[in-house]
Amino acid sequence: MNILVCLKQVPGTTQVQIDSETNTLIREGIKNIVNPFDTYALEEGVRLKEQYGGKVTAISMGPPQAEEVLREAISTGADEAVLLSDSAYAGADTLATAYTLAKAINKIGEYDLVICGRQTIDGDTAQVGPELAETLDIPVVTYVSRVEEIDSGQMRVQRMVEDGYEAIETTLPALITVVKEINTPRLPSLRGLARAKSAVIPVWNAAEIGADQNMVGRNGSATWVTRIFFPQTGRQGEILEGSPEDQTEALITRLRDGKLI
Amino acid sequence: MGIQIDSEICTGCGNCMASCPFGLIDIIDDKAHIDEGCTLCGACQEACEYDAITIEAAVETVAVDDSHRGIWVFAETKGDRIKPVSTELLSKGRELADTLGTELCAVCFGHSVRETEQLISHGADRVYLIDDAVLANHQEDVYTEQLARLIEQHRPEIVLAGATALGRSFIPRVAAILKTGLTADCTELEIDTGRRLLLQTRPAFGGNVMATIICQARRPQMATVRPRVFKKNTPDQNRKGEIINVDFNKESITSKTKILGFVEDLTEKINIEDADIIVSGGRGLDKPENFQLIEELAAVLGAAVGSSRPPVDDGWIPYSHQVGQTGKTVCPRLYIACGISGSVQHLAGMQTSDTIVAINNDPNAPIFEVATYGIVGDLFQVVPLMIKKLKS
Repeated sequence: MNILVCLKQVPGTTQVQIDSETNTLIREGIKNIVNPFDTYALEEGVRLKEQYGGKVTAISMGPPQAEEVLREAISTGADEAVLLSDSAYAGADTLATAYTLAKAINKIGEYDLVICGRQTIDGDTAQVGPELAETLDIPVVTYVSRVEEIDSGQMRVQRMVEDGYEAIETTLPALITVVKEINTPRLPSLRGLARAKSAVIPVWNAAEIGADQNMVGRNGSATWVTRIFFPQTGRQGEILEGSPEDQTEALITRLRDGKLI
Repeated sequence: MGIQIDSEICTGCGNCMASCPFGLIDIIDDKAHIDEGCTLCGACQEACEYDAITIEAAVETVAVDDSHRGIWVFAETKGDRIKPVSTELLSKGRELADTLGTELCAVCFGHSVRETEQLISHGADRVYLIDDAVLANHQEDVYTEQLARLIEQHRPEIVLAGATALGRSFIPRVAAILKTGLTADCTELEIDTGRRLLLQTRPAFGGNVMATIICQARRPQMATVRPRVFKKNTPDQNRKGEIINVDFNKESITSKTKILGFVEDLTEKINIEDADIIVSGGRGLDKPENFQLIEELAAVLGAAVGSSRPPVDDGWIPYSHQVGQTGKTVCPRLYIACGISGSVQHLAGMQTSDTIVAINNDPNAPIFEVATYGIVGDLFQVVPLMIKKLKS
């Protein structure tokens, strides 16, 4: 089994607070991390390799420092890694990202399975996985919570939907996106850390993956951001004062008066 | 990189540094510097009072395609029923279609689908219906193929769909086939009438800011919206519309995936998306066992239990309870947030609730900005008092 795992380096910003006085981000302590959902994708790739044999290749598109997430991937079980980095890739939307990843995957060549996390925590779109599968013209199963069996070019998986689980069978090669229920990612091993340190990670620019310059990065994107703003909520609420008893009493009175409870 | 700061003009004021959603700008020797990883989002350019920042204009590589007309809503079904998100989207779609002076169509796939006329009473001028046993389950390969085929044939300018498990899985595939833009989880949709552009607003960059996104040249402009983000309009039973049964060539199906079975998840007592009242807990609960307090209050009120993201991430409560951008969007009559600070992501999932109560010990917590009633205090005092008073 040749398994490819897509990883993204994201800012660990989900806990960032907004300074309500200045309406700006409190930026202390932001550091880059591997997109948490992608760590489950990698772990599943490594487990499947251990069970069925083969090789795990980690792929990431990002600025030069995204190499860190690939070294981390090697320390936790990836055999090889490729970084897609080129200033031409900057500002890519999901369509351009899927195109770029597909070009790189076609350059890698033989593969049986592509694994992605269900979504990134910065973009939160969950679109790149399905768009990548379509661009590669392979089947896709999203929200996979268990890989049941892989046998003679077929794979059976369990996927999580709103109200339960579906059992799905697909032909290989295929792409799956995984949810965190699928496994518990391992910690890096000492041997892995040593390998990660010495690994040579190739960096592929747009020319090296044979990408059309007009289809990558911002120029290749169908969507553009036209405006960024801090949300204004502005509901005129009432802060209930007094002792905890007073506050609770006031609250319950208001809720009962409003026939809410 | 496609962004430059003119160091002659830059005063090192720091406005751009504060505006960067990624924290990639530093002021070094009184000049702004941008680190690697810039996404060219433009927030700093807007913040700069001196016009010192220039972003290379993106080169549009395809000509603006202005030949498409009409708004489409993908009307999702569950069993033989039309899902509520479908009529919510039609309600919004109707407004947008009226603004553009164009027609609104629904596309519905399923088997023995009941009450298709409600698609018309909620605003559709036309319904394209494929009703076949093959479509009873959400066979995504078939859905993808058929929707892409219909869009290519009828050329709508806008396509909206619910950001459900189904929509989030197959709509991106349709967008990839059509090589067009898709914006996930929009919280507001408006029309720029001059350019016939759909202005698609969503939380972005980890939910810390809102971004308005356009699909400038390619068509259709596609967007997904979470359930309960838009309110349903009042159905007009006298509205006239046309239901077109679309020919469906079963033999042409080349599905590589097969649904073998479905097991319903019964662990969730009350589905939070359907709940009238939700009591939610957050990081302020400190420990997983303290969720019992939330459950107790919920039980007294006959409410569902919700959660913000951190408790779910830490495994205190299953993901099905998570409210927010990466969880569920809810709109109950009453939402009680206990120990939840109110990140933009969480707010995106609950701020349309009719009445919001916030209990938090931090008076500056953003949750108070959306709260109808706020209690600045210790939830470990207030919640037990509430339970006691409600019980008596």
